[in-house]
Amino acid sequence: MQISMTVNGNEVTSEIEPRVLLVHYIREVLGLTGTHWGCDTTNCGTCVVLMDGQPVKSCTVLAAMAAGHDIRTVEGLAAGATLDPIQQGFMEEHGLQCGFCTPGMMLTARALLDKNPHPDDIEIRKAISGQICRCTGYATIVRSVQWAAAHPAAAAGAAGEGADEVLDGTDTVVEDVATETQDAEVKA
Amino acid sequence: MQIPASFDYVRASTVDDALELLARHGPESRVIAGGHSLLPMMKLRLARPEWLIDINDLFELDFILLDGDRLRVGALTRHTALLESTEVARLFSIISDAEAVIADPVVRNRGTIGGSLCQADPAEDLSTVCDVLRAVAVVRGPGGERLVDMNDFHRGPYETAVAPDELLCEVRFPVRPRSGSAYEKVERRVGDWAVAAAGAAISLAEDGSVEAAAIGLTALGLDGTVAEAEAVLLGRQPSEELFVEAGRLAAIACDPVADQRGQIDYKRHLADELTRRVLRQACARAAQTQEG
Amino acid sequence: MTVIHERDSNPAAGDADRPVGYGRIQRKEDPRFVRGKGHYIDDLVLPGMLHGAILRAPVAHARLVSIDTTNALAHPKVLAVITGKDLEGLKLAWAPTLSADVQAVLVTDKVRFQGQEVAFVVAEDRYAARDALELIDVEYDVLPPLVDARKALDADAPVIRDEIPGRTDNKIFDWEIGNAAETEALFASADVVVRQEMVYPRVHPAPMETCGAVADFDAVNGKLTLYETTQAPHAHRTLFAIVAGIPEHKIRIVSPDIGGGFGNKVGIYPGYILAVVGSIVTGRPVKWVEDRSENLMSTSFARDYIMEGEIAATKDGKILALRTNVLADHGAFNATAQPTKTPAGFFSIFTGSYDLQAAYCKVTGVYTNKAPGGVAYACSFRVTEAVYLVERMVDILARKLDMDPAELRLKNFIKPEQFPYANKTGWVYDSGNYEAAMRKSMELAGYEDLRREQVEKRAKGELMGIGISFFTEVVGAGPRKHFDIVGLGMADGAELRVHPTGKAVVRISVQSQGQGHETTFAQIVAEELGIPPENIDVVHGDTDQTPFGLGTYGSRSTPVSGGAVALVARKVREKAKLIAAAMLETRPEDLEWEKGRWFVKGDPTAGKTIEDIAMAAHGTMTLPEGIDGNLDAEVTYDPPNLTFPFGAYICVVDIDPGTGHVKVRRFIAVDDCGTRINPMIIEGQVHGGLTDGVGMALMEIIEFDADGNNLGGSFMDYLIPTAMEVPDWETGFTVTPSPHHPIGAKGIGESATVGSPPAIVNAVVDALAPYGVVHMDMPCTPARVWEAMQGRPRPPI
Repeated sequence: MQISMTVNGNEVTSEIEPRVLLVHYIREVLGLTGTHWGCDTTNCGTCVVLMDGQPVKSCTVLAAMAAGHDIRTVEGLAAGATLDPIQQGFMEEHGLQCGFCTPGMMLTARALLDKNPHPDDIEIRKAISGQICRCTGYATIVRSVQWAAAHPAAAAGAAGEGADEVLDGTDTVVEDVATETQDAEVKA
Repeated sequence: MQIPASFDYVRASTVDDALELLARHGPESRVIAGGHSLLPMMKLRLARPEWLIDINDLFELDFILLDGDRLRVGALTRHTALLESTEVARLFSIISDAEAVIADPVVRNRGTIGGSLCQADPAEDLSTVCDVLRAVAVVRGPGGERLVDMNDFHRGPYETAVAPDELLCEVRFPVRPRSGSAYEKVERRVGDWAVAAAGAAISLAEDGSVEAAAIGLTALGLDGTVAEAEAVLLGRQPSEELFVEAGRLAAIACDPVADQRGQIDYKRHLADELTRRVLRQACARAAQTQEG
Repeated sequence: MTVIHERDSNPAAGDADRPVGYGRIQRKEDPRFVRGKGHYIDDLVLPGMLHGAILRAPVAHARLVSIDTTNALAHPKVLAVITGKDLEGLKLAWAPTLSADVQAVLVTDKVRFQGQEVAFVVAEDRYAARDALELIDVEYDVLPPLVDARKALDADAPVIRDEIPGRTDNKIFDWEIGNAAETEALFASADVVVRQEMVYPRVHPAPMETCGAVADFDAVNGKLTLYETTQAPHAHRTLFAIVAGIPEHKIRIVSPDIGGGFGNKVGIYPGYILAVVGSIVTGRPVKWVEDRSENLMSTSFARDYIMEGEIAATKDGKILALRTNVLADHGAFNATAQPTKTPAGFFSIFTGSYDLQAAYCKVTGVYTNKAPGGVAYACSFRVTEAVYLVERMVDILARKLDMDPAELRLKNFIKPEQFPYANKTGWVYDSGNYEAAMRKSMELAGYEDLRREQVEKRAKGELMGIGISFFTEVVGAGPRKHFDIVGLGMADGAELRVHPTGKAVVRISVQSQGQGHETTFAQIVAEELGIPPENIDVVHGDTDQTPFGLGTYGSRSTPVSGGAVALVARKVREKAKLIAAAMLETRPEDLEWEKGRWFVKGDPTAGKTIEDIAMAAHGTMTLPEGIDGNLDAEVTYDPPNLTFPFGAYICVVDIDPGTGHVKVRRFIAVDDCGTRINPMIIEGQVHGGLTDGVGMALMEIIEFDADGNNLGGSFMDYLIPTAMEVPDWETGFTVTPSPHHPIGAKGIGESATVGSPPAIVNAVVDALAPYGVVHMDMPCTPARVWEAMQGRPRPPI
C-alpha cells in the first residue's frame, strides 16, 4: 500500500506492506536510524517518536496508521547546527551513557517542556516512566531536562531557525561503521 | 523485534463505514484503535487477523461530554485525555486514579477507553472502573444501536458482549449527587499489570448514610462487583468498622489465582486491604462534595 | 593518605576553567548520540545484506527427532536454512565456551534449555526470515527437565550432558578455598555463630540494545569482517579463529557503538557464529539481531547462587571467621565468562572488608536445563554474590548481638595501616580507608537522625528501614600470570601517536558500551602530555586498528587499559624529553616537565611545548641517537595486582504495611575508586549501578516453572526499574589511590551494582524487624515482603 506522512517537516511517500511497523519504516525505509528499538512488548520506550507532537512507541504503531500524521524523530530535534536545549541539556548534565534510550528520552522531554515549560522533578520522572534507561539511573536525565527548562533561550533560537524544515538523515543509510566518529562539539 | 504476520489494512472514515467494513471482511477482521493490546499480540503471533480496520479517524468517537445526568465518553477517547480532563476528575475521581496507573504515559497517549474495554483483560483497570460506576456501553451494529450494562458487557476474560460485526461507540457514566469514588492498585513496578486493585464508588444520602455503593476488584478473579460487601454498606453511616467488614467480604468473594505477582492468600489479603482503602477514600470524597 | 572531598562542584563544561586532564568535562561521544548519529549494530546496512533469524526450542529438555525445512526453503525470499546436521558437516555444531566446556551452536541431539537454537534461516529481509521460522517443522521427544539446582546431584536426576562420554551426573566442579580446619576451630569455640541460607536469584543484564552481528565473509581473499556487539573484540577474534578455523589475520572484528553491555556482550553466542556461517554459505553479508525474548531467554544470565553463610564472632562483636557453601546453577552449558583458574569467579573475596582470622568456602557448580551463562550483569566476576553474602551475614550477626550494624562494621574493618592487606583467601588488598568512607556516608545520611526517626515511626506502626552495605570490590584483572581467558593473559595494549601538529590519536584494546572511553582515555593522555582532550582521538572497537587486549568487563578498562594509556603517554613524554633536549641543546637530565612542555631547570622561559616537539620529531632536525622520526609509542600493560575499590552505602526504605510495597526513599553512596579522572562520568557509573541494585533487590528475576519454561522472557515479565522506583541519588566520595596503579585509579564501573543490593535488602529486613524478620531473599516484591511479614519468607527458587 502507499502511505504519505510528514517526517521532521518533510513529506515522504512510500510503498509498504501493511504490517510494517512505524519504527521499521523510520529506520529502514527512511534511513533515520536515530530511532532505536529494545523490546517486543511495548515496554521499553526506546522507540519513542513524536506523532502530532505526542510521544508514541513506534514499535506499536503501524506505518500505515501514521499515514497523514506528523512525525518527529531525534534527527528533527536540532535546527541545523543548533541543538535543541534538550540535546544540550543531556550533554551538560550527563543524561546519557550508551546513548541507546536517549533519542526517545529526549523526544518525550521535548513534548513535556512544550506542554509544561517548568516541570518539577516528579513530573519529569512521570513523563519518562514508560521508558527504560539501563545506564544512567535517571537522576541525570531529570537534571538534563531541568537544564533545558532553565535555558529556553536556546529553544527560541532553534524554533526561529525552523527546526521542522529539516529532514535530516534520508541520506544516512549507513554503509559502514565508523568506530571513531567524533562530530565537532556544537554549542548552543 | 518480533513482527506481525501479514494482513490487509483499511482505514474507516465513519462509524457506518467501519460497520460496513466489519460486515464485509467478517470474523477474521479486527478493529484497531490505539493498538497497544492488539499489536503486541500480533507481534507475538498470538493474534493473526486477516484484516485490520483502523478506526483512528472516527473523530466522532473522540469526546468527553457532560450531558444532563450522565457523562458520555467516546470509545476512541485516549487514556491521556481522560486523565487530563478536569470534568472527569471532578465527577469521577476513580477514573483519574485509575488512568494515572494504567500502563505508562506514552502508552496512554495511544490507548483508548474502547480498546481497553474490548480487550477485556482480567487485569484491565478500566473494566473495574466501569463496573463500579455502573456505566452503560453504547454498541452499534448492523441492526442499529443498543445499550449494554457493564455487568452484561463483560463475558469473562477477553470476551465481551460486542459481536464481531459490532463496534463499541461510547461509554456513559451516570452522575449522582453526593458521590465519591476511588481506585487503588498494587503493582510490582510502575507500568506493570496489577497484582490486584480495587475501586469503589459511594453515594451518600442527605443524612450522610450510604445510599449507593459499588466495589470492584481487578485481577482477583471476580466477575462484576462485590454485591455482598455493597449490601452491608447500604443505609449505614460510613465507619471504619463498616469498611473492615466490607473488606472481609471482598476477600471472601474474590477468586484469585497464584502467579508471579503473588500467591492466593496475599491476593485475598489485598482484596481486603484495598477495599478498605478505596471505601475510606470514596466516602471521604463523597462527604467533601456534600460539604462543597 | 585518604583525602575526603566534598561533593563535586558542577561547572559547565567548556568554560575557561575547563581542565586539561582530569576533571569534569562533557563527553566527546555525546554530540553524535544526542543527534541520533550513533552507529549501533542494527543501524549497519551493507550492500546485498541478508537477514538471519533463529528458530528456538519451545521446551527445556527434549530429544530432537527430526527437522523438516522443505517449506521454509520454498519461501521465495529464503536463501538458506541451516540446521545442526549442516553444522556437523562443517564441524561447527559445537563451539568452545569461555569456561573450557562446549556449547551447541544448533541442536544436533537434544534440546537442553527452552530457547535453545535449533535452526537458522537466512532471507532477503527480516520480515521474511521471521515468517520462514513458522515453516520449519520440528519433532521433539520431550524429556523430564531438571529445573531445581538442589536436585541436580540426586541419583535419579536426568543427565543433561549425556553427549559427553562417560558422564553420569550433572556436577561441573567442586571448588574450595581457605582453610577448613582453622575455620572450624574458630566456629567450635566462638561465643556466637549465626547461619543463614540465602539465594541470589538468576537475573539478566538486559542491556537496552540486544545482541547482534553482521558477518561479511569475502570469499575471494578469505577475509571475515564481523561486526558484533562485543565487549571484547580481540578475544573474540582469537576464539573465532579457533572455532571457525579461519586464520586469525583474516578476521576483523568491529564492535560499533554498543547500547549497553553489563557483561551481556562478553560471550560468543550461537547467533554470531550462525551469521558467519550464513555469510559463508550465501556469499553475502548476513545480519542477525536478536529480539528481546531471545536476549532474555538465551544469552548470558547472571548470579543463580544458593548460598549458605555462617559467621562466628565473640559476644562483643569481633568477627572471627566466615564460612560458606554454595550451589551454583550454571545452566545447560558451562559458559561463564571468567578467568580460567577461578571457576567461581572472584567469589572468594567473600571475606569482604573485614579483618577475619579464618575463612573457608566451597562452591559446587551444576548443570540444569536452563540457559547458560552466570557471570554477567556488572558483577566483577561474582563479587556481587560475595558482597551480598557477607553484608547480609554481618547484618544478621548485628541483629543477633543487638548491635547497631554500622557499629559492628566499624569494629571489624581492616584498618588503614593494615594495607596492603592479605586476606584469608589469597587476595592482597592494595589500599583502603574503610572507616573514613563509612563515617562520610553516615554523615551524609544523617545516620543518627534516621535511627531516631525510625524509632518514632515504629511507635506509630510505620515501617521504615535503614540498610548499610560496605563493600570491597576486586577489579582490573590480570596480572596475566594469574588470570587468563581461554589461555589469553588478561593484559591490555595501547598505542599513542602524536601527529606533527601536536594532535594525537590513542588506540586501545578495550571497548566502550557507554562508559565514555573516548573521553576518559583522552583525559588520561591530556593529564600526562598536556594536550587538550578535544585534540586527542580515541580509537577502539576494531581489531584491525587497535592493539591486542582482553576487553571491557569486570570494571577493568580504567585499571588495565587506563594504566596502559598512562604508561604509553609517559613513554611519549620521555621520548619528547630527549628530542626537547636536542632542540634546546641541553642535557635531558637538565629538563623539567610541566603539563604540556619541557623546560630548562632554573630557566622556565627556555622550553619546548609538546606541539613544538611533535613538529620537530617529524621534521628535518637531526634527532638524538636511537630516536625514530616520530612521536609515537606502544605498550602492553600487565598489572602487578588487581585494584580494590570500596564504598559505604546507606539505604532508607519505607514499606506499606498493608501491601508490602517497598519504596526506596533515599540512597547515600560514598565510593572510593582511587584517583578520579572525570567525576561526572564516575557519578554516572555509580547512579546506573545503584539502579541495577534497586532492580535486583526489588523486582528483577528470571524464574522457571516446573517444566523449565522461562517466566522472565519479556520486559512484561522481567521488570527493570523506571524513573519512578529510584530516588534522587546522593553521592559522595573519598580518594584512596591504588599504590601500584600508574595513576592510582581503581575502576568504578561495577561498584554500585556490587554494593547496592545488600544495602536495600538490609533496609527491607530492618524495616520488617518488628515482625521478627531476620532474612528475606530478593526480589522484595510486595507479595514476597508480605509473606515475610506473615512469618514465612520464601526463597525465590
